[in-house]
Amino acid sequence: MATDQTYYVPAQSKWPIIATVGLGVTLYGVASIMVNGSQGNSTTGSWWIFLVGSLIMAYMLFGWFGSVIRESRAGLYSDQMDRSFRWGMSWFIFSEVMFFAAFFGALFYARVFAVPWLGGEGDRGSSQMLWEGFQATWPLLNNPDPQAYPGPSEVIGPWGLPLVNTILLVTSSFTVTVAHHGLKQGLRGKVKLWLAATIVLALAFVALQAEEYVHAYTELDLTLSSGIYGSTFFMLTGFHGAHVMLGTLMLSIMLIRIFKGHFTAEKHFGFEAASWYWHFVDVVWLGLFVFVYIL
Amino acid sequence: MDKRHRWAGGNGGASMSAVIDTHAGEHHHGPARGISRWLLTTNHKDIGTMYLVFSFAMFLLGGTMAMVIRAELFEPGLQIVQPEFFNQMTTMHGLIMVFGAVMPAFVGLANWMLPMMIGAPDMALPRMNNWSFWLLPCAFLILVSTLFMEGGAPNFGWTFYAPLSTTYGPPSTTFFIFAVHIMGISSIMGAINVIATILNLRAPGMTMMKMPLFVWTWLITAFLLIAVMPVLAGVVTMMLMDINFGTSFFDASGGGDPVLFQHVFWFFGHPEVYIMILPAFGAVSHIIPAFSRKPLFGYASMVYAVGAIALLSFVVWAHHMFTVGVPIAGQLFFMYATMLIAVPTGVKVFNWVATMFRGSLTFEAPMLFAVAFVILFTIGGFSGLMLAIAPADFQYHDTYFVVAHFHYVLVPGAIFGIFASAYFWLPKWTGHMYDETLAKTHFWLSFIGMNLAFFPMHFLGLAGMPRRIPDYALQFADFNMVSSIGAFMFGATQLLFLLIVVKCVRGGEAAPAKPWDGAEGLEWTVPSPAPYHTFSTPPEVK
Repeated sequence: MATDQTYYVPAQSKWPIIATVGLGVTLYGVASIMVNGSQGNSTTGSWWIFLVGSLIMAYMLFGWFGSVIRESRAGLYSDQMDRSFRWGMSWFIFSEVMFFAAFFGALFYARVFAVPWLGGEGDRGSSQMLWEGFQATWPLLNNPDPQAYPGPSEVIGPWGLPLVNTILLVTSSFTVTVAHHGLKQGLRGKVKLWLAATIVLALAFVALQAEEYVHAYTELDLTLSSGIYGSTFFMLTGFHGAHVMLGTLMLSIMLIRIFKGHFTAEKHFGFEAASWYWHFVDVVWLGLFVFVYIL
Repeated sequence: MDKRHRWAGGNGGASMSAVIDTHAGEHHHGPARGISRWLLTTNHKDIGTMYLVFSFAMFLLGGTMAMVIRAELFEPGLQIVQPEFFNQMTTMHGLIMVFGAVMPAFVGLANWMLPMMIGAPDMALPRMNNWSFWLLPCAFLILVSTLFMEGGAPNFGWTFYAPLSTTYGPPSTTFFIFAVHIMGISSIMGAINVIATILNLRAPGMTMMKMPLFVWTWLITAFLLIAVMPVLAGVVTMMLMDINFGTSFFDASGGGDPVLFQHVFWFFGHPEVYIMILPAFGAVSHIIPAFSRKPLFGYASMVYAVGAIALLSFVVWAHHMFTVGVPIAGQLFFMYATMLIAVPTGVKVFNWVATMFRGSLTFEAPMLFAVAFVILFTIGGFSGLMLAIAPADFQYHDTYFVVAHFHYVLVPGAIFGIFASAYFWLPKWTGHMYDETLAKTHFWLSFIGMNLAFFPMHFLGLAGMPRRIPDYALQFADFNMVSSIGAFMFGATQLLFLLIVVKCVRGGEAAPAKPWDGAEGLEWTVPSPAPYHTFSTPPEVK
């Protein structure tokens, strides 16, 4: 065990209060865009609020992460601090898992209970009286009230783009692990190559996902407002896609840091955190592929 | 390096021994001056103080709304407010008390006490700690501003059931949703910090089963927070999409189900009620032994009981929904699972009573609040058991009986737990003893006012008075008047608490390091007031 443990207590920091103002202004802007938009008012002012908030957030993220990186490279972080970061990242990922669990729960509830009940099944079959003749199917192409929620003509099958995307993401989990091994072996060329490959795979995934959305909206009439199938489909794949983009951003920053000569074979928690996050995104996708596309 | 401080190495192990200030070389830092001390701080004591002050401000704001509610209900008929505004008051009262008063108070206590109790110099992630706090005023600024928006504030109850909150909600609902998101981010980061601190910064020798119970209960509370706050974020996001983007999660005409809202909400909501009580369990488990001058009876069983309550809290949520048409097998499962929670809770009550049994009891203010906590929380627990019985719940559902039940667990439970903790640790925080006579007055007025306010609600509910209603049938008049008088008494009494705390901060008899002769724990080994940085040398725990 080390005989000279240090514990780093940062001095006063301006970043948390800037982050508070940034997040508050951004979300206030988003909310007022939505409210003004739905009431038919002008949203120009709201967009400006949102823009100002986003710029503050971007400034904060650069500044805060920048100072953490500088402190880390100055050797101020002990093994104990490193463990705190590891616990922090692990529990953050657990909270993300629970966020997705809420949407998976909604999907399961709709499929197993709500839609069959609307079709007259089980104890609550009486709710069929609301929409006589409604047939419970999954994927749900004909909604109980097709006027309010016109259903999709077709949904996206699993064995086209989604299968390709599955292969892309699973492969990217392998490539990021190879890059990590390279970092531990001190082979920086290997890290650059395999990390760059991971980012290329990630971008390909995002591009194909965008292609799939365009296809769904323009040709299949599968939209957010095409009933519970569209709601669960787009919210699950959409939040996953947003997480892929965030993960790609993390990995890209790690690649930049590798090029700048950051990280050692022993100490590279920033890299590991990004790769943990990437594996989490991959596992969520596998859940999506099975429960949204295949079953 | 400009203003950076290091806790530099001691004698091996996970120790940290001295504060080294690289630019001034002095040993201990006082706080910075002026407003920047509070805006920029990374000190767990400063952040704890801000949480506690914020929580009390929200307690007064939410309490004012309760006074509006009780004034309107003082007699039958509409006197003071219109039904629309009454609904906004019940909604905002609930949201502010749950998310603004009770939860931040416990986070404040955690910030102050956890590092001192485990022998750590600070929280594990001090900057994130500051962010967790400052997000709260930001969230509540947005939430409270909805009162002044077109269409008024949220008016659908603190449970914001769809479709009341989606199809029929006011335009400000979207702002409410983002306020909840910010509160959620704050809670999750706070909980991550608590877990990292407890798992990683304990003094050498402090094994898990030697941790003080307040630390144990907060560890489990933090786990609950990280597990369920994201689910709350999920459900409000579904609302947001239903309101603004045409999804049909909670609309049956698109294949969704309003009952889905209730399932997701209560999957968050039930663990949430334990989030609001477990830290109080922990604090009371310190206070009762201290004033009984006996060690806590059954430490290990206390730990296991809290763990069992936390795990069970994930499988009981549908007991809030017996009347929406849950299948019979589901009703039976949730009924029995709920009743099972009485077992570990009973273990805890038994242990508190056994701790007092044949102890040398004295009744200073913390002990008065703690004993009242045990008795009155148990009453709330028993009415909870009555509500757990599915066929009986069909009668009680949405009546004042439910209001009586949850106010008995939250007011003499959570809030008396917070008052007990505040009086117990005020000498440590301020270095002064509080005014014992005033504090006892505060207790007795609160105790009488609170029982006067909430006990008659049991009878009102059993007689059939519905909750969330500004007017009522004449036969409910007498009990409502009694209840309102009690509520005014309880509300006014809290200004006395403010006076006691201000007096104690400004002066008073100097407090020794350990003002309570039966108290145990590392926090009593440091001077009062606790120095700005505690435990520059890690204590050895045997």
